[in-house]
Amino acid sequence: MTGNEMSPEARGGMERHAYDVVVIGAGGAGLRAAIAAHEAGARTAVVCKSLLGKAHTVMAEGGAAAALGNRWPEDSWQVHFRDTMRGGKMLNNWRMAQLHAQEAPERVLELEDWGALFDRTEDGLISQRDFGGHKYARLAHVGDRTGLELIRTLQQRTVQLGVDVFMECTVTEVLKEGGRVAGAFGYWRETGRFITFEAPSVILATGGIGKSYKVTSNSWEYTGDGHALALRAGASLINMEFVQFHPTGMVWPPSVKGLLVTESVRGDGGILRNSEGKRFMFDYIPDFFRAETADTEEEADAWYEDKKNNRRPPELLPRDEVARAINSEIKAGRGSPHGGIFLDIASRRDADYIRKRLPSMYHQFKELADVDITAEPMEIGPTCHYVMGGVEVDPDTQQSAVAGLYAAGEVSGGMHGSNRLGGNSLSDLLVFGKRAGEAAAAHATSGPRPAVDEADVKAAQADALAPFEVEGGENPYTIQHDLQQSMNDLVGIIRTASELEASLAALEQLKQRAAGMVVEGHRQYNPGWHLALDLHNMLLVSECIARAALARQESRGGHTRDDFPGPDPEWGAKNLVLSLDATGAGVDIAEKPLPAMPDELKQLFEDK
Amino acid sequence: MAYDLKMRVWRGDADGGDLTDYTVEVSEGEVVLDALHRLQATQTGDLAIRWNCKAGKCGSCSAEINGRPRLMCMTRLSDFEPAETITVTPMRTFPVIRDLVTDVSFNYEKAKELPYAELGPRDADGKRRMMQVDVERGQEFRKCIECYLCQDVCHVVRDHEDNKQHFAGPRFFIRYAELDMHPLDTHDRRRLAQDAAGLGMCNITKCCTEVCPEGIHITDNGIIPMKERVVDRKYDPLVWLGNKIGLRNKDDDGRTEV
Repeated sequence: MTGNEMSPEARGGMERHAYDVVVIGAGGAGLRAAIAAHEAGARTAVVCKSLLGKAHTVMAEGGAAAALGNRWPEDSWQVHFRDTMRGGKMLNNWRMAQLHAQEAPERVLELEDWGALFDRTEDGLISQRDFGGHKYARLAHVGDRTGLELIRTLQQRTVQLGVDVFMECTVTEVLKEGGRVAGAFGYWRETGRFITFEAPSVILATGGIGKSYKVTSNSWEYTGDGHALALRAGASLINMEFVQFHPTGMVWPPSVKGLLVTESVRGDGGILRNSEGKRFMFDYIPDFFRAETADTEEEADAWYEDKKNNRRPPELLPRDEVARAINSEIKAGRGSPHGGIFLDIASRRDADYIRKRLPSMYHQFKELADVDITAEPMEIGPTCHYVMGGVEVDPDTQQSAVAGLYAAGEVSGGMHGSNRLGGNSLSDLLVFGKRAGEAAAAHATSGPRPAVDEADVKAAQADALAPFEVEGGENPYTIQHDLQQSMNDLVGIIRTASELEASLAALEQLKQRAAGMVVEGHRQYNPGWHLALDLHNMLLVSECIARAALARQESRGGHTRDDFPGPDPEWGAKNLVLSLDATGAGVDIAEKPLPAMPDELKQLFEDK
Repeated sequence: MAYDLKMRVWRGDADGGDLTDYTVEVSEGEVVLDALHRLQATQTGDLAIRWNCKAGKCGSCSAEINGRPRLMCMTRLSDFEPAETITVTPMRTFPVIRDLVTDVSFNYEKAKELPYAELGPRDADGKRRMMQVDVERGQEFRKCIECYLCQDVCHVVRDHEDNKQHFAGPRFFIRYAELDMHPLDTHDRRRLAQDAAGLGMCNITKCCTEVCPEGIHITDNGIIPMKERVVDRKYDPLVWLGNKIGLRNKDDDGRTEV
């Protein structure tokens, strides 16, 4: 099922399918969930907006973090767990962080069973590389194209098992019967024809929200669909104020502004310099990480070879710290010609090493910016990369507050707390994709099947067609552009109450404008129409981010308030939970205490 | 430095279409996909384009630019004279859906017919051991981003619809080669490659290698070695004799024919 077969009824009619488990999204989390659900005996379908194998996971570069201990036998799940919690400034759901650290190694080894070819150590084991915030070299990788390897392996496994894949098909509503999931409604992008899935379990694996920002490493697909679907179905979101700005995105040429430059550049020896040539990260070591961070260049450089007697270079602090430091340097007028900072590996490693370890980066800069990274430094700056926040789920099963509705990967919340460590995303989606798939399969095959309400289907259909009914309205591309500019300017790396309030007012206006959006043309492969539908999700999720950011009066991880510069222990003990308000057009916000960590895990933070 | 770029873009659907002329403002450092996106946002909101990462990593935005199969996101405008008209047409080998979007389901159907990796058991400690030098041969093919430009340019199927049924194409020949070169794989798929995938129909003109945006040596490192191994198995009288007297190439030892 490719989604590419032309239908004689392209302009009308309704296609129907019945499954046990419908997975929305075909990135790493979605495919891993589908494999697990299928293997558990459930009739499983994957529905995705793009072609199979193109999802955002393909862009992941550095690697998958797993305490395999191949480079450093001292590594263990306990150390990985500790690094993850500290990286997230202790706001993570401890149970998710624990399961993640415990299960990641087996999830990676499994990929190898299915044909993945990771880079090797001298002993022939899976090689592991250094990354920010990880005490030991821990990222299983394939050069700097690990995401491609991961998605291709999962894709080939999915095809081998015969799981049905509905490509270029967008889900616009989760359907319910009473309080539980009954299916999903969407349209084929190719034909514009509608499609209804009847299924007792739906897994959201739709990734993130980055397309609401102007400077982003995310593709057009990242419109917060799963976040919005969950809200509208009655589930809640947590940690939405925490948006990760990756420290190193390309800044020039303008057409690639925001495009990711992997953290592996720093993991493999690259350093950051300002326009004065100063290696400035030593000026930005926070107290929280001072004891474990090198304070001289000599110690930092020696660490790459001798981790026992030296501390980590400050370039490998967690991403939130590095992004803020770069932002400060640029603001202080010490930026590069195109408004970034210099990332230099050319003067630190020989050309062969760079080409071997970072082939995609070499290619990317050569082709798109005419820069030879083996000979000159790169210009980089922060770019919107990842949302820590997402659907509030049960840590063991990934089930949301709605029976039958699951979330895995970036669309789920809690695992990464206020800041995600690099490499923890690929392992997250494997660990929790599998868990969600298994739980969804178990749920689907227990108890009577729910029925889809025809009135809900009719309503979903009318909503989807609304942009064609308007006359003289605004072009969705213009509204999207204004949303991206507004989020970038007012809800960016550094935030203040006045700007956040202004952003909420701007969002209200954008919502009004979106209500009168018009699309030209017809329903067949019409990107304008697709964007018009996605925009409603982007606006709803942007409001969640802005509201939560205004409410949290402290700075922590991926949320920095100029007016509340430090962390506040009281805020460190609670999450912000968002749910759809009574009108259905906005969101309500509530505080909720963090789940308490058991004593034996607390101990890991006392004895170092 | 902004300037007005002249473009000719194929517009239409399965029933037919035409090249349409546009003028669009572009600036320094932009790629063909940027120009098309600006067209979409300002002049023709329903222009159908398939794209995702805009970084040459996902292989979605394949098209033919001035007749040459390329990724739109990796084709810089600075490769052309500012006064030159850039013509963009959909990939010719696949049926058009709309505008620049083609029906590439041929490739997904072929992928379903493909064999898969089948490894032996793990080592006693639950891990696997392979040497870097051994995995590198397969890793070259796993760089493939499935843009299908090699399939598009391949003359076996480009203008020969009938061949599609019997021919998997360069993208999948390198998948066969990759599995064949996997140090721990246990299957022998040489017969499948020759019979089911139509490896023999390739006459190594290397067009696929020329258009590969990942620079994979599809012909030299994938197809030719695969052809040699197939021939070894099938026809070589010396191999036949060697088999009889117990002297033979041990490359495929421990592999089961599927």
